[in-house]
Amino acid sequence: MEYVVEMLNIRKEFPGVVANDDVTIQVRPQEIHALLGENGAGKSTIMSILFGIYHADRGIIKVRGKEVSISNPNDANDLGIGMVHQHFKLVETFTVTENIILGLEGSQVLDRRKAAKRIQDLSDQYSLKIDPHAKVEEISVGMQQRVEILKMLYRNADVLIFDEPTAVLTPQETHELMGIMKDLVKEGKSIILITHKLREIKEAADRCSVIRRGKLVGVVDVKKTSEKEMAAMMVGREVSFKVDKKPREPGDVVLDIRNLNVQNARKYRAVKDFSLQVRAGEIVGLAGVDGNGQKELVEAITGLSDTESGSILISSTDIAGLSIRKRNEIGLAHIPEDRHKHGLVLEYSVADNMVLKSYYQEPYSKNMILNEEAIRTHADKVIQLFDVRSGKGGLTPAGKLSGGNQQKAIVGREIDMDPDILLAVQPTRGLDVGAIEYIHKRLVEQRDKGKAVLLISLELDEIFNLADRIAVISHGELVDVVKTSETNEEEIGLMMTGYKWEEAHEATT
Amino acid sequence: MKRLPDALLMAVSAVILGIIAGALLMTAIGSNPFEGYYHLFRGGLMNMRRIGNTVAVSTTLILTGLSVAFAFRTGLFNIGAAGQMLIGGLCATAVGLQVALPRPILLVVMVLSAFAGGALWGAVPGFLKAKFNVHEVVATIMMNWIAYWVVYYAVPAFLKGDFLETESRVLPAYASLRVPWMTNLFDGAYVNMGLFIAVAMIFLIRFMLNRMTIGYELKAVGSNRHAALYAGIHVNRNIILSMVIAGGLAGLAGATFYTGYSANIQIGVLPIQGFDGIAVALLGANNPLGVLGAALFFGLLHAGKGFMNAMTGIPPEISDTIIATIIYFTATSILIGRGLNYLARRKKKGGK
Ligand SMILES: Nc1ncnc2c1ncn2[C@@H]1O[C@H](COP(=O)(O)OP(=O)(O)O)[C@@H](O)[C@H]1O
Ligand SMILES: [Mg+2]
Repeated sequence: MEYVVEMLNIRKEFPGVVANDDVTIQVRPQEIHALLGENGAGKSTIMSILFGIYHADRGIIKVRGKEVSISNPNDANDLGIGMVHQHFKLVETFTVTENIILGLEGSQVLDRRKAAKRIQDLSDQYSLKIDPHAKVEEISVGMQQRVEILKMLYRNADVLIFDEPTAVLTPQETHELMGIMKDLVKEGKSIILITHKLREIKEAADRCSVIRRGKLVGVVDVKKTSEKEMAAMMVGREVSFKVDKKPREPGDVVLDIRNLNVQNARKYRAVKDFSLQVRAGEIVGLAGVDGNGQKELVEAITGLSDTESGSILISSTDIAGLSIRKRNEIGLAHIPEDRHKHGLVLEYSVADNMVLKSYYQEPYSKNMILNEEAIRTHADKVIQLFDVRSGKGGLTPAGKLSGGNQQKAIVGREIDMDPDILLAVQPTRGLDVGAIEYIHKRLVEQRDKGKAVLLISLELDEIFNLADRIAVISHGELVDVVKTSETNEEEIGLMMTGYKWEEAHEATT
Repeated sequence: MKRLPDALLMAVSAVILGIIAGALLMTAIGSNPFEGYYHLFRGGLMNMRRIGNTVAVSTTLILTGLSVAFAFRTGLFNIGAAGQMLIGGLCATAVGLQVALPRPILLVVMVLSAFAGGALWGAVPGFLKAKFNVHEVVATIMMNWIAYWVVYYAVPAFLKGDFLETESRVLPAYASLRVPWMTNLFDGAYVNMGLFIAVAMIFLIRFMLNRMTIGYELKAVGSNRHAALYAGIHVNRNIILSMVIAGGLAGLAGATFYTGYSANIQIGVLPIQGFDGIAVALLGANNPLGVLGAALFFGLLHAGKGFMNAMTGIPPEISDTIIATIIYFTATSILIGRGLNYLARRKKKGGK
C-alpha cells in the first residue's frame, strides 16, 4: 500500500472564495506529512473535508486504497481518522477520562474504571504523562492537547490530523509534541500536520505539501528543501527571514528599570530585584520561558499592576504612581500579548479602535464631543500605512478582521502614537510569515528612527532576528544581558534555565 | 447603530408574536380577539384624554427603560430602577411639600432632587461593584429594599397625610409637574412636564452614547473592560458614573410619576414601573430610540386594558399577559436569531 490517505483533485467553494482548487494530498503510511500554507490558504478546509465536517464539491478520497465517502466525523472515526482541532473540544469541568469517553456509545462507556485503565496504558505507551482522573480545567493547555491526542488513540485512529497544534504551546511544549508525534509514527500511525511554522516542519516532518490561495504549489521532501525555499513556495515570493538591520549606536537611556520587585495576583513575588536599561535606537529582546515573570514585568511598566519596590523611569521621569494614561502620554506605547483581551474592543469599528488611547485628545474630540470625521481620517491613514486589510475599511468591526490584520492594526495604532519607548509583547504570535516579516520591519524602523524598543518574546528566532542586545529572565530575575552578535541560541537557551552568560558560554564551547 | 435594523426586526416580530398569542388567549376564553384589540387600542387612543393618559404612563416607562438600557451599555444590569425611582419620588415629594419657592424654581429643584436621590441609589451599587466587585444585581436589589423601608419610615414620620398614615400629603397644584395647558389640551389627562424631561433624556443619552467621549468610554468598558483599562480609561470611575446616571434617570421617573402622574407617595409599594423598565430596555434593544418606541407601546397596552375590560369583559390581565409574552419572545428572539445564524452558517459549511 503506497498511501494510507489520498485526496485527489479536491475542490471546495465557499460563497465568494474557492478554498480548495484541485488539491491533491497523498499521505504515506507512517510518515509525518506537513501541510504548509499561510492563514486562509485552505489547510483547515481540506482537512475538514477529510474529517467529514465539509463535503468536497469535486474530487475523490481514498483510504487505504479504497474509495470512500465521508459524510460526517463518525464516518471518519470508523475509517480510523482522528483530528485535533485548532480549538480544543473539551469539557472543562469533566475529568480526562470523562472527556475521552464522551460521545462513545453504550458498552464502551459503562465501565469507567476500565476506560481509565486503558487511557493510563495508552498514556504510558506514548509517554504522554496524563492522569486520567485529573479535571481538564486543572491541567495546562499542553496537557489538554494530549488529552485530545488520547481521544484519537482511544478510538483506535491511525491517521492523525493536527490542525496548527503549536499555536497555543510554549517552545518546550512544542518540542515535546514533536517528540510525541515521532513516537506515534514509529508505532505505526500516520500524521498530517497543519502549520505555517517552517521550523516545526523541519524538525518533525518527512514530506510537505504546500498550499497557496487554495491551490497546491508542490510536494517536497523536507530533508532536501531549505526553510527559505519552502517559505518562498508558501508566500509566492522571496521572503527574508533576516530583517535588514544596520549597526547603530544607541543613544540616551529611555527606559530605566531599577531593582524592581513585583508581586503577582497571588501575592507571590514574580519579578525580583530586576534592573534593565533600554536606550534610544536599540531593540532589547527579553528572552525567557513563559511564566518567568514577563507578564508581571510588563504589567508593572504599563501600570496595569502596582510595583512592590524599586523604580521605573521613562526618559528620567519616575513613573511610579502615574496612571496608565499618563504613562501613555509621556511616551510609552504597548503592543499587548493578547490582542483580543487587551488590544482591541472587538465590537468597536476599526476606526474607533485606532483612537482607543487618544480619543479624548484633539482632533479626535473637542469639549468632549467626538469628531467622527477626524477619527475616520486617522483610521484611513493607519489602515493604509500599515496595510490593514478589511472589508469596509475603518467601518469594519475589529472582530471581523483576521488575526494578522488585527495585529497590524494594533501595531499601527501604537507606532502612530510616536512613542519614545515601544513595549512589544509577543508581537507576532500566531501570525503567518508575511505578516511577521511586515511587523518585524516596522519594529526595526522604529529603532532606526531612534526609538527604544523592548521586545518580549517566547520565540528565540524573533529575538535573534530583531534584538541588538538580549536580556534573559528566569524565575523573575535578570540572568544576564548580552550583545546579540556575541551569543547564540544555545547559550541563550541555557541562560533561560538560569546560567550566567560566562557559564553558558563555557558549557557550549 | 448598524445593528438597529436587525434589532428592529426582532422587536417587531416579538410584538407580532405577542399580539398573536394574546389573540389566541382571548379566543380560548371565548372572546372575540378583534373586538378585544379594537377596544384595547381605542382605550389607549380613542380621544385626547386617553392619548394623554397613555403618554403619561409611557413617560415613566421611558425613563426607567432608559435607566436600564444605559447601564446595560456599560455592561451593568440595573435591577434597581424601582428603588431609584421610589427614592427619586420621595425626594421630589419632600421638596414639593416642605420647601417654599416660586413655582418654576421649585419644580426645577424637585426634579433635580429626584435625579440626585436616584443617582445616590445607583452610586452605592456602582461603588460596591468598582471597589469590592460586589455584583450589581445583588446590590441593586438590596438597594430596592432599602428604598422601600426608607419610604416606609420617612413618609409617616415627615410627610404624613391628613387622613392616612400610609401615604404622604397631597402635593398642592403649584408643586405638581402637571401644567394647565397640557392638562387642558389633553382634556384632563395625567400627562405632565415629565414628558419633556423624558424625551429630552432620550436624545441627551443618545447623543452622549454616540457622540461624546463619555459614551465612548462607557461603551468600551461595557464591551471589553480589559482593553479599556489597558487604554488608560478609568474603568472603576466609569462603572460608578454609569450607575449614577442610570440611577438618576430612574429618579426622574420617580419625579414624573409621583409628582406629575400622581400627587402623593404611598408606603409599602415598590413601583412596578421600575421592573417594567427592564422589559422596555429589552424590547428597545438598549437603544434610546428603541426605548422610546417600546415605552410608548407598553404604555398603550397598560393604558388601554381597563377600557377593553369594561367594554368586552376580557380581563385586563390579558394585556399583562401580552406584555409578558412579548418579553418572552424578545428574550428568546435573541436565541432564535442566534440559532438561525448558526443554522445558516452550518448550511454554508455543509455546502448544501
Ligand atoms: N465556513 C466557511 N464559510 C465561508 N468561507 C470559509 C469558511 N471556512 C473557510 N472559509 C474561507 O476559505 C478560505 C480557506 O480557509 P481555511 O481553510 O480556514 O484556511 P487555513 O486553515 O489555511 O488558514 C479562507 O478564505 C476562509 O475565509
Ligand atoms: Mg486553519
